[in-house]
Amino acid sequence: MTDSIASPPISARNLVKRFGDLVAVDGIDFEVAAGEAFGFLGPNGAGKTSTMRMIACVSPVTSGRLTVFGKDPEVYGAEIRGRLGVVPQADNLDLELTVRENLIMYARYFDLAWSEGRKRADELLEFVQLDERAKDKVDDLSGGMKRRLTIARALINQPDLLLLDEPTTGLDPQARHLVWERLYRLKQRGVTLALTTHYMDEAEQLCDRLVVMDKAKIAAEGTPRELIAKYSTKEVLELRFPADEQPAIDGRLDGLADRVELLPDRVLLYTSDGEEAAAAVHRRGLRPESSLVRRGTLEDVFLRLTGRSLID
Amino acid sequence: MAVRVVEHNVVVFRRLWRGYIMVSFFTPLFFLASMGLGLGSLVNRGSGGVGGVPYIDYLAPGLLAATTMQAAAFECMYPILAKILWDRIYDAMLATRLSVRDVIAGEVAWVALRMLMVATIFWVVMAAFGVAHTFESLLVIPAAALNGLAFATPIMAFTATQRNDNAFSTIFRFVITPLYLLGGAFFPISSLPGALQAVAWATPLAHGVELCRGLVLGDLVPAQAVLHLTVLLAYAIAGVVFVRPLLTKRLLK
Ligand SMILES: Nc1ncnc2c1ncn2[C@@H]1O[C@H](COP(=O)(O)OP(=O)(O)OP(=O)(O)O)[C@@H](O)[C@H]1O
Ligand SMILES: [Mg+2]
Repeated sequence: MTDSIASPPISARNLVKRFGDLVAVDGIDFEVAAGEAFGFLGPNGAGKTSTMRMIACVSPVTSGRLTVFGKDPEVYGAEIRGRLGVVPQADNLDLELTVRENLIMYARYFDLAWSEGRKRADELLEFVQLDERAKDKVDDLSGGMKRRLTIARALINQPDLLLLDEPTTGLDPQARHLVWERLYRLKQRGVTLALTTHYMDEAEQLCDRLVVMDKAKIAAEGTPRELIAKYSTKEVLELRFPADEQPAIDGRLDGLADRVELLPDRVLLYTSDGEEAAAAVHRRGLRPESSLVRRGTLEDVFLRLTGRSLID
Repeated sequence: MAVRVVEHNVVVFRRLWRGYIMVSFFTPLFFLASMGLGLGSLVNRGSGGVGGVPYIDYLAPGLLAATTMQAAAFECMYPILAKILWDRIYDAMLATRLSVRDVIAGEVAWVALRMLMVATIFWVVMAAFGVAHTFESLLVIPAAALNGLAFATPIMAFTATQRNDNAFSTIFRFVITPLYLLGGAFFPISSLPGALQAVAWATPLAHGVELCRGLVLGDLVPAQAVLHLTVLLAYAIAGVVFVRPLLTKRLLK
């Protein structure tokens, strides 16, 4: 199909999604280029899933313009979905079928022959390291294994665009690294990735570009590096005070850093020189229980833009 | 693509078919033995059957229609709600090349196939009891399946609106079971009180029963057959017309 060369896999202009009176997506603009890994970050309820579902052609657009592979989802839904792989936020595997049957049946929904479905199923089970569980009932898998099976299922039609809604939530660190590695391989093969995540390390690892959504709008857009440069500082000084002293800190750190953030459990000082700031804190007679200098991260960007810790 | 939805049902059914086939076989067997022969001997002795027909011949085709009604009602309640709500099978299907139209067409085709299975087994039991004598009586199989569909699609539309399964037992208690017992399978509708007769004739079952009975007894009047078929088709089509927007609204939010 030639349109993938001419038009970007996803393009949204002033995209709106409403559920009754509730505005879940409030006029967002973004474009995802072919072969790119694009991330949606944002607190709970920001509108990430609502956006993903519109792209997946299973949720009608309220207003604005959305094209996937240059086509209107409302008109060409089935055709577009034929080229998509979808990992939904909540697994919806077929509990009546075995692990392998889940993949073979899904291949049928994409109009693949049974023999082709069986072949791809075996390849994909190996790809996500579930080949030993092929004959098991899905219900007997652990949560993380189900997640990997869902990812395998999304690849059965060899999609050009993979939509991943919190792909690694609930995975142990090892499984998460496996998934990252597999997604990276897919990207190298030219598959476009659009994903949501609550893990900033995941976003930094995987995403070429990302948007931070907050309250149904896009608060910022850029590469992870650009966002850190723009919304954070080179270094961050993290201080912990005994719980009863923390309230008394307010105001006593003024002027020591570009910005001071008081969190329930710690205090963050945004500065270009963390060691110097730590020394200055000491000179003011403050004695934190612990102090740590680290580089600015996406997490700081997130905090700055949404005013919230990650998972609230 | 609707055939893919049928395939899904077949794959799942392959695990469960023994149980289903047993039920489809033993229900007519027990009913025809106990009611048809046992109770029937009293009826036949007392009044020479129903309108001159031995009771088991009268009962069997009516019971067939009632059976497909009951089976179709069940198939379109719990399994469909499970796929909408509990197991989210339809969400998974709709992320593929399949559309809501394929899902509906596939499910309706599957219920039709299931009702053909139920009716075929029932016919075999009838034949074993010597009720179905003629080649034409085989036509009762599609007729009974159509009777099932006349209940299936409206119930599917209802299920598409449900948030839990509370209403299903109510429907069985107040619609399906009363129709099963009073809808013309066991005794003529004409012996019901006048108002109930009108209600009975407004439901698909009365027409399904008459159609099946006429085909088995071989005394079907063509004009009446057309009326019965029209009513059954009207219910089945009306159900499809309603289920389409309801299921779309439910699944594509
Ligand atoms: N089907 C629905 N009906 C009504 N409101 C909905 C529906 N789906 C989502 N919403 C609302 O839309 C808003 C955005 O939800 P959405 O699921 O897109 O958030 P999200 O960014 O994916 O959050 P999370 O990180 O918790 O997954 C929320 O206020 C949510 O309650
Ligand atoms: Mg979400």
